[in-house]
Parts: sequence; structure tokens; C-alpha cells
Amino acid sequence: MADMAVQSDVMEAAGPYDRAKALSAFKLGDLTFYWITRISAISVLLILGGIILSLIVGAWPAMKEYGFAFLWTQRWAPSADPPVLGALGPIYGTLITSVIAMLIAIPVGIGIAVFLTELCPQVLRRPIGIAIELLAGIPSIIYGMWGFFVLGPFLANTFQPFMIRIFEGVPVLGAVFAGPPSYLSLFNAALILAIMVLPFITAISVDVFKTVPPVLKEAAYGMGCTTWEVVRSVVIPYTRVGVIGGIMLALGRALGETMAVTFIIGNSFRISSSIFAPGTTISAAIASEFAESDGLHQSGLILLGLLLFVLTFFVLAGARLMLMRLEQKAGK
Amino acid sequence: MNFIKAIVAAGMVAASTSAFAADITGAGATFPFPIYSKWADAYKKETGNGLNYQSIGSGAGIKQIQAKTVTFGASDAPLKAEQLEKDGLVQWPMVMGAIVPVVNLEGIKPGDLILSGEVLGDIYLGKITKWNDAAIAKLNPKLTLPADAITVVRRSDGSGTTFNFTDYLSKSNADWKSKVGSGTAVEWPVGVGAKGNEGVAGNISQTKNAIGYVEYAYAKQNKLTYTGMINKAGKTVQPTVAAFQAAASNADWAKAPGYYVILTDQPGDASWPITAATFILMHKDATDKAASQEALKFFKYAFEKGGKAAEELDYIPMPESVVKLIEKTWSSDIKS
Repeated sequence: MADMAVQSDVMEAAGPYDRAKALSAFKLGDLTFYWITRISAISVLLILGGIILSLIVGAWPAMKEYGFAFLWTQRWAPSADPPVLGALGPIYGTLITSVIAMLIAIPVGIGIAVFLTELCPQVLRRPIGIAIELLAGIPSIIYGMWGFFVLGPFLANTFQPFMIRIFEGVPVLGAVFAGPPSYLSLFNAALILAIMVLPFITAISVDVFKTVPPVLKEAAYGMGCTTWEVVRSVVIPYTRVGVIGGIMLALGRALGETMAVTFIIGNSFRISSSIFAPGTTISAAIASEFAESDGLHQSGLILLGLLLFVLTFFVLAGARLMLMRLEQKAGK
Repeated sequence: MNFIKAIVAAGMVAASTSAFAADITGAGATFPFPIYSKWADAYKKETGNGLNYQSIGSGAGIKQIQAKTVTFGASDAPLKAEQLEKDGLVQWPMVMGAIVPVVNLEGIKPGDLILSGEVLGDIYLGKITKWNDAAIAKLNPKLTLPADAITVVRRSDGSGTTFNFTDYLSKSNADWKSKVGSGTAVEWPVGVGAKGNEGVAGNISQTKNAIGYVEYAYAKQNKLTYTGMINKAGKTVQPTVAAFQAAASNADWAKAPGYYVILTDQPGDASWPITAATFILMHKDATDKAASQEALKFFKYAFEKGGKAAEELDYIPMPESVVKLIEKTWSSDIKS
């Protein structure tokens, strides 16, 4: 196919030139281009494989020492002799902060997207859109410092005491919102994460909301639907796959976010029922302790890294699977 | 043309400086980084020789010197003599610092509150939870302390500061020793972790009824309320440079192989109990002997002329008697 096209081009443009020579020059160029792109693509796989391999090699001593019990041991005592290490605290912290962050960011993010595409006066559309994009551009360490110096004290002095007082004595919720208020807590970290992932959800939702054919919306409005009904029954179902894709991207970011969380989570390996207590996530634990670790302690931290890798892989794979199912359903 | 000439000239200058000034390379502890870089600056001005020090953490510093990728390693925790022997290393203390407990209590001024290692350990174990606990009141009969809960703050990151602090608690509180022990990162029974000395300082200054520990410089610069301590001799001491130096001079450096002395809980009436030294590690028989000698020249300079710079940054220079011992070690142990 390619040859044919080249042939006709060359013949038209260059009639008397040596056809074989021109073709072989093209072929060489093509071949070089093919190999450059192929090597680039393969290098991704090699790098990924190399990272997994070096994680496994580094984590091997800890794997041998603790086995699968690493996954459900809560105690983290690197200074004990021999060290006792368990990943339950960081795994719990990673999941709980991400879940709370998503609970906050999904409704707010989609809400902003709906407002921007359906309701917003033209004048405000650009400023709000740009503000959201700027949120995505702020380095995570700035979020961390802001969380530590501004948001943390604010929450500890206002929101947390309020929630603690309201739910005092209420079964279950009383334990979830138990005191004392603290600057450095799972909840504060989750709130920062929510702000950080918000732009992902909003930006992608705005983009996919714009793909809804106006005809569909106008038809619904024409039948007397309210804006809420149009959004709920036309826009969201039409763009479901895209919105979920954005949410998964945000979740991936929340699971792996390191710097901002390290600043405000308190790096405590104990699991507390209260979300106002300090905790830790896998990435925060590694960032906090890796520099001054050695031996089994370091190996345990690398094993935590491997776990995060696996966890993120399963979340993304799960998201893919869900998207495929949805697409199939939509296809029928 | 002139432009091209300028570029060529600049290139030649760059090439010649890199050829003559073999920069000394070192890596390790983060705690002494400010003073090492200050010394390096002054040394470069005086001799033209630079120092490239990477503060990557004590553990990583030890690994780098074992792998011979740097001329010297730096660690906050000393290596044991057997370990030094095994790797063919020489170790000596370079400069000292002190760790002070800090609190945020209404109406309490710096130095008012007195604590002991036993009580501090019990607070960090979660056994003492209120400021008006009898054990604290006994040490401070003149103060009225609130009936509020103590917010315990500690480091979230692994650090030499934590190593020395927990080492002190292990020496002065038997329960702490059996339950937690000492290390750069330990299994904290209670408390929230803040990142770095600046994180702990920030958290303490904003949280009422909090207690934490920071390096002396941070307590001073942030005007935090430090506490007095009861030392091993049973005397009450305040965190002053004289008290830190007393701890260093009372330590028995001469008899400790490889200068393995952890300066916490030293004897002597005037000794501040949580004093810490930071150590340098070098190979006895280095592959690049010229670089080794260059590094020693730098350390000699730092010992002889760096004392004032150290004090300006709230570090404590090694006492002269110890420096003499160290210089003897250099000439006897490090092959030139």
C-alpha cells in the first residue's frame, strides 16, 4: 500500500529520475523511522520491567522475613530487635484517604463541570475554567505547606471540634469523628487530596459534557425537562464512560500522592477509628522514613512501594474492566 | 568574533578549574548540613578547593562510604568498632548539637518548666497524659499547670535527632527501653508526627498544651518555650552552649574505640543530658589517597578555624582536647 502511494507520487513529480534509487532512499528513511519508534515503545516496557524487578530484588529480604503476614500486621517497629514490620496501617491510610477524597471531589468536581457547561453565564466561564486549570498546576509541595500552615490549624480550631461535639455519643459516627482535634490527620490529608484531584475530574467532565449532541439536550428541554433532569437523564448517561475515566485518573493520583500528604498526615502507623487521628499512607511512609533507613527496615519500605504498585495496577485494571462492561452495555 | 572568544575563554577557565580543584566529595547526615556547607564556603574562599556534600541521610551516607563512591561519609549515629574494623573505616566526631524539649503552655516562659528523662519518657509512652500529673508537679512545685491533655509531637521522618532523643529516653526510662528502644524511626506509642525540625517547631508554636523535641537552633530561632532538664547527676540544667560543651568534655572519648560515644545522658553536674555529636567516616586505606588528604586538610581547617561559624549556627565545636585526640588518630590510622 505504502509502496504504491510512493510510486505514484514519485512518478508524477519526478518523471525522469531513477525510480529504484529514490525508492530505496524512502525505504531507508521508513525503516529508520520504524525502528526509532519501535525502540521507544519497547523501552517503556523495559523500564517498567526494570522497575518491578528492582523493587522485587529490594523487597526480597522483607518478603522472606515476613511473608504474607506483612499485609495484615499492624505493628511497625523498625527499631525493635529484630524489626517488626507490617503494612496494614499504611494500606488502610492509603485507601481511607483516597476514598474520602473521592467522596468529596466527585460531587464537587462534576457539579463544577455541570455548572460550567450548562448554567454558567458566558462571562464567568473562562475565569472559572482557568482557575480550575491553575489548581492542577500548583506543585504538590505547595499544597502540603498550605495544608500544614493554613488548612490544618483552621480545621483543628473550627471544623473538627464542631464535628466532634455534634457526633459525641452517637454510635459508630461518634468513633469516626472522635477527638482530640489535630492539625495532622487522615481527614486533613484527604481534604487536601480532594482539592488536588478536583481539576482532573472537572476538566475531563467538562470536555466530555461538551460532546453531548445539542439535539439530545434540546429534545429533552423541548419535552419540558428541567435542567436537573437533562443533566441526570441525558448528559450524564451519555458521557458516563468519560466521566468514570476522569474519576479513575483522579483516584490514581490520590493513591500515589506523596509530598502533600507527607506534610499533613502525621506518619502514625496505628490504625485509629477516628478520621481526625494521625495516620499514614504507603507513599508518605516511604518518603518519611526511607532516607534514614537501612537493612530490613529499608527492604520493608521497598516492599511497601511494591504493594502500592500492585494496588494502583489493580485499581486501574478494575477501572478498565468497568469501562469495558459499560461500553458493552451501551453497545446493546 | 568577540563573543566566540569569550565563550572559548570561559570554556578554558571552566576546564582548568575542574582540572586543578579536585572537589572533595562527601555524603550523609542532614543534621550537620548547614555547618558543613558554611565551612565549605569559607574553605573555598581561602584555598580555592571546593566541597561537594550531599545531605542524603546518615544511612545512605554510610552506604556510600562503604561503596567508596565518596571521600567521606557522615552519620549522626556512630558505627560500632567491629563494624569500622570490618569495612576498614576510621570514625571521629566532627561537631555537636543539642536537642531540647519544647512546650506550648500558657504563662510558662522558656526554662520555667523542669523535666526529667523519666517523666519525658512517660509522656512519650502515653503514661502521663495531663499537664497537672503528679510526676510533673513534683518537679515543678512553683508552677500551676493546666488540667489539659498533653499533645505529644514527634518527628514523622527518620532522623538523627530522633535517634539521639530516643537513645536518651532509653537510657533514662527503663520502660521506654523495653517497649520502644532507640532508632532513627521508632514505634511511637502516642503522638503526631511532623516533618523535620521546622515541622515540629511549627506544630508546637501553633498547638496549645503541646510538647515536642527539636534541635537547639530551631528552639532558639523560633523563640519556642524550651524546658530545663534534670541530668544524670541529678542537677537541674538549662540548655546553654556551656552545658552542651560540659557534656562533651565529660564524655570519655579517649577510651572509646572508634570514638563510639553517644553523648546523651553524660555524667557531670553541668552536662545537658540530650547532647549529640555527628560523625565523619573515612577509609583507612583509600583508593584515591590524594582526595583523602584533601578532605583531611578541610577537616583540620574546620577544627582550627570553624569554631566561630559553628557557634553562629548554634552548633557546638568539639572541645580542644578531643580535637587533639582526633588529629592523632588521623596521622596514625589514615594512610597517605
